[in-house]
Amino acid sequence: MPTRRRALVILALLVLLAAASLLAALMTGSFAVAPGAVLRALSGGADGVGTDVVLNLRLPRALAAFACGGLLALAGALMQVLLRNPLADPYVLGISGGAAVGALSAMLAGLTLAVMNLAAFAGALAAMLLVFGLAHGDSSWTRSRLLLTGVIVAAGCGAIIALILTIAPDEGLRGMLFWLMGDLGQAISPWPALVVLTLGLIVTLPFARELNLLARGDTLAHALGVSVDPLKHGIYLLASLLTAVAVTTAGSIGFIGLVVPHLVRLAMIKLGWGNDQRLLLPAAALAGGSLLLLADTLSRIVIAPQQLPVGVLTALLGVPVFLFLLGRQPNERP
Amino acid sequence: MNAREPTVNPPLLEAIQLEVNIGGHRICRNLDWRVDAGESWAILGRNGAGKSTLLATTAGLRSQHSGRLSVAGLALPHASAGAAARAMARVRGYLSQHQIDPFASTVMESVLVGRHPHLGRWDWESADDRRIAGAALTEVDLGGFAEREVQTLSGGERQRLAVAQLLAQEPLLYLLDEPLTHLDLSHQVAVMELFARRAAAGAAIVAVLHDPGFAARYCRQALLLFGDGECLAGAADEVITATNLTRLYGHPLRELRADGDRWFVPC
Repeated sequence: MPTRRRALVILALLVLLAAASLLAALMTGSFAVAPGAVLRALSGGADGVGTDVVLNLRLPRALAAFACGGLLALAGALMQVLLRNPLADPYVLGISGGAAVGALSAMLAGLTLAVMNLAAFAGALAAMLLVFGLAHGDSSWTRSRLLLTGVIVAAGCGAIIALILTIAPDEGLRGMLFWLMGDLGQAISPWPALVVLTLGLIVTLPFARELNLLARGDTLAHALGVSVDPLKHGIYLLASLLTAVAVTTAGSIGFIGLVVPHLVRLAMIKLGWGNDQRLLLPAAALAGGSLLLLADTLSRIVIAPQQLPVGVLTALLGVPVFLFLLGRQPNERP
Repeated sequence: MNAREPTVNPPLLEAIQLEVNIGGHRICRNLDWRVDAGESWAILGRNGAGKSTLLATTAGLRSQHSGRLSVAGLALPHASAGAAARAMARVRGYLSQHQIDPFASTVMESVLVGRHPHLGRWDWESADDRRIAGAALTEVDLGGFAEREVQTLSGGERQRLAVAQLLAQEPLLYLLDEPLTHLDLSHQVAVMELFARRAAAGAAIVAVLHDPGFAARYCRQALLLFGDGECLAGAADEVITATNLTRLYGHPLRELRADGDRWFVPC
């Protein structure tokens, strides 16, 4: 278990990593900008094409990438505690499916980007409330019931998505596929995601030690004075909301929400600090933000002048990393 | 029950006309039961008689059907959520029958979890908390295990870790659901003696046990659950008898005496 001072040192290092990723993202592209010029542009002390590119094109997209990565990693970490499963991810309970149904329906109807974002958010909220209501039923929650309800709602959304893709006109398909893969080119403004990420961290951190207990089982948490049901409902709603905002901003970017919290947890365990959410939650948010920012930068340049949807890249990188980690898990007693 | 000295503090556990049901099955009815500081109770009964259910109810983990129930003056089930639940966790500790570890964690981290009720929302575990946790590990013979990965422990070691976590919680009332599961004989004795010491030092113990000999040796009081809603509570010497146990388990038992201890063997 880390001490508070050590946790702050780690978080400070991750903030530096995030700043470095941001600098790299602002420098890189078809029009290269030197680090000094980036800093001058950010501090408002320069004019010219470089400044324009940095401030108006790259900065909003970079901030959106960072915010979405942070949102997904934080939501994934919360879902893993809620479902008490280190392999859960933010999409497992159908949030992204609901958002996709909303977004694709709006695209099919030919609505504007802003309306499409609203529809995606509404779809995510609808899926979240549907799962919450159905899983709640007339008795209290059980994990298996929540998981089953979520998986079934996700499967239903998958069917509707397939239906929309089938009946959509050819010229709309490309946009829909990019949305489904996750792509930051469609981000309108980074601010909602950044604000929600900040609020999400502010809301969860006071409960981080209670989450540590919840990860060890409802009975233990209850016996040690945690109000288990309100906490579980709160995490579910918050994690769903974080996911909904991320998906609304940039589509369903995969693997960040699964791999990043898992990776951070594994690193903490390797260092002998165990599974402490007080460090894990903010660390996952910072690392997830940095990772998606770097992946998005790569996706802009790897087959330039064309751009890859960043979701393709996170999946291509995420799958081998994840398989590697899985293979290196320490043996447990049966 | 015996007449007692009047006490200023409320009893650590008090049940008045308690009725507890599970799945349509009645575990106890009209149970009047009081546990005071210094007492050590064994709960005995056959499988499915409701020992664990009654214990979980007294811990505030589930609601009673009717009757009054309070722990150190905190009324249940009201005190099972919110700030009262935190206050409750400083008074009573509960050892679950099953230990689960979905996530990797070190032994020290797992013991420190027991300090949760004593820490404020923004507190981190202090050197003092680590000292208490280390002492708890030593007490259950896991002294050198602090940095071990929990998922690599044996069943018995994991059980002793759960006991250490409970000791680190430092409650006044210890509710123990089969504390001797997975333990070898020497550790069974060590754990019972450890809890007997806590009772002697002013705490109270309520333990679900399967061996009436251990109950007679380490507990001064006993509560028998006959499985049909009938209960018998009293001093262990009077309640734990071959006749009662024969009825309790539905199997004839014989009492053997050795060096002042009473042991019960199936006929």
